[in-house]
Amino acid sequence: MADAETPVTILYFAWLRERTGTSLESVTLPAGVGTVDELIAWLAERSPGHASAFANRRTVCCAVNQEFADATARVGPGDEVAFFPPVTGG
Amino acid sequence: MARISVQTGDFDIGAELAALTAGRTDIGGIGCFVGTVRGNAQDHVAAMTLEHYPAMTERAIARITEAAEQRWQLLGCTVIHRVGRLTAGENIVLVMAAAAHRQPALDATEFLIDWLKTKAPFWKKEEFSDGGATWVEARAADDAAAARW
Repeated sequence: MADAETPVTILYFAWLRERTGTSLESVTLPAGVGTVDELIAWLAERSPGHASAFANRRTVCCAVNQEFADATARVGPGDEVAFFPPVTGG
Repeated sequence: MARISVQTGDFDIGAELAALTAGRTDIGGIGCFVGTVRGNAQDHVAAMTLEHYPAMTERAIARITEAAEQRWQLLGCTVIHRVGRLTAGENIVLVMAAAAHRQPALDATEFLIDWLKTKAPFWKKEEFSDGGATWVEARAADDAAAARW
């Protein structure tokens, strides 16, 4: 079981990567951040680039531990959380 | 068990078809879809770069192929998706579905490409002949196509 200090790995893809200026960062969740929605609100304050990436949440999708997740999904220490635009493969 | 590959290199459709049917006498029909980089004059698309989420991509595709295999009782299935930079005219994706009869083979092929477009973590960035580049936006029509299954 991960303790509260275990970092969360955040991954960014496509234009979220470009706007935040990073593809990967490791963060320790502060108290009160336990869902995807709360994580987004907190990450958006890290830099103007992050704020821009998360400005329109309707265009931001998420996966927690490599599974698509919605805004209410739980996130906790040790998780891998990815943010990306709606997918456009095929 | 589906053959799934995410790769930078091109695929050989003939070789993949041969591998899908090797030693089989129970297959009655095979559906095949090939997606290519469309570089038409109207869009001025010169190339595109396919980005993906490596830790998640193959698992997400496996979910899709498992759904198709169950629903249409497929006898074989192949999904190959290229990533990296691809120029106009190049292959992007290959989907093949083998079944006892043509209708499940064709339906499963359509299902596979519809779901690949909306449920697998790939993103396309188009490069234009004037030097600009833009991320392709998801289309409501693709969501509607995926939802009808």
